[in-house]
Amino acid sequence: MLDLLLHLFWTGLGTVRDVLPIVLVIFGFQYLIIRRPIANLRRIVIGFVYVVIGLTFFLVGLEQALFPLGELMAAQLTDPAFIHGAGAVVEGVRWQDYYWVYIFAAAIGFSATIAEPALIAVAIKANQVSGGAIGVWGLRISVAIGVAVGISLGVFRIVTGTPLHWYIMVGYIVVIIQTARSQRTIIPLAYDSGGVTTSTVTVPLVTALGLGLATAIPGRSPLLDGFGLIAFASLFPMISVMGYAQLAAWWQRRAKVHGSEE
Amino acid sequence: MQTNIIRFLRLIVGSIRDLAPIVAVVAFFQLVVLQQPIPDLGNILVGVVFVLLGLTLFIQGLEMGLFPVGETMANAFARKGSLFWLLAFAFALGFGTTAAEPALIAVAAEAAEVAAAAGVVADSKDAQDTYAFSLRLTVAISVGIALVIGVFRILKGWPVHYLIIGGYVLVVAMTMIAPNEIIGIAYDSGGVTTSTITVPLVTALGVGLAQTIRERNPLIDGFGLIAFASLTPMIFVMAFGILWDLAG
Repeated sequence: MLDLLLHLFWTGLGTVRDVLPIVLVIFGFQYLIIRRPIANLRRIVIGFVYVVIGLTFFLVGLEQALFPLGELMAAQLTDPAFIHGAGAVVEGVRWQDYYWVYIFAAAIGFSATIAEPALIAVAIKANQVSGGAIGVWGLRISVAIGVAVGISLGVFRIVTGTPLHWYIMVGYIVVIIQTARSQRTIIPLAYDSGGVTTSTVTVPLVTALGLGLATAIPGRSPLLDGFGLIAFASLFPMISVMGYAQLAAWWQRRAKVHGSEE
Repeated sequence: MQTNIIRFLRLIVGSIRDLAPIVAVVAFFQLVVLQQPIPDLGNILVGVVFVLLGLTLFIQGLEMGLFPVGETMANAFARKGSLFWLLAFAFALGFGTTAAEPALIAVAAEAAEVAAAAGVVADSKDAQDTYAFSLRLTVAISVGIALVIGVFRILKGWPVHYLIIGGYVLVVAMTMIAPNEIIGIAYDSGGVTTSTITVPLVTALGVGLAQTIRERNPLIDGFGLIAFASLTPMIFVMAFGILWDLAG
């Protein structure tokens, strides 16, 4: 109990330290440059207090419940004894043996993204600005699918030991082709969703998975091969969000064509 | 009072829906795939309640504090009409939030280890600390510059994809000449810079700016700041790696 309170206290202090530069910049500019009172100051201050307390509880809860289990799981799933069966001696690395790791990567990527507060914020904003045309859940689920595919593929890359930049370059080419064919309104949002996905929930879990794999597989170095999963997780949502918009537009066109035929 | 309670309950239900998938995934893998009991069930339940409560409060504070502040600042600068101070604000916001980012501090320390293992940095604590600190500074400056470019783009109404794709081409070109040990870190650094507090604030700022300028569309012009903030660190970190090699 005392441990928990101490943990809350230190995490709270850490969150305050994160917010401090933002508050300093905003109030500094407000009072020195803009020199106007802020409207609804009381409400805004209460909002910031909510954000700090909320984030503190969120982080402590994650560290209490999800991170230890998730990290333990990443270690157990990548353990040679689990993958090849206890006592088996296997020569080399066969990528097919790691199917549970790919499934885990996809599942944890998807579900962590759904729980990501920053993505919820962007989805709410996009929904407001588009007048409801972009659904909160539509956006979040397509981003989550992108992260799931991305992390799975990133894990496959660590297992096979293929160079990171090949995947990233091919991904970029796909993004460029999709950009040329997408509606202009979705492009900035799709680009943003790449950076948004990777924060509080996803990064620690994914990092644990990457390091666990790179340590367990012979011939991989955790220092060199453990990196790169975050890059996958920020590239693929761009593809899936633009893909979702293209699919939605296609459906609409199809529905129209069918409607006019009848 | 009663409507407030109903509002809060509705938010809690929303948070339960947000968190259900990850709880289900963890439980499934633990119980079915690994076939192990869940250790410390009491602790975990407390943790889940904390996460729920925290997410609910955060969403509440988002609408009360972070979004309005971003919009208010955008409005105030638009009315003041000073381009210089708006861009200075954008830089300060990007630099200030990134320099203190804990995820970045962790990545920079790991990067220093990688560099030491590769023999680019002397294997002493001092040399590694210098490397990590320089790297952090590089990333913070790059995010500051990202927001400056992003805000300037909103004012001018330039399409986001030309700039971003141009940036990617630069990333690919630099990958060819950058030292091997920096590439993975450079690619990852794009993702770690945008924290949970910065994202809503920066998004509200961009959308607010696009809304105050009459001929801008908030969807087309307002979004995109985060994309810049995740792109420039890759370019700057690779440039850092190349320059560090040349100097050393």
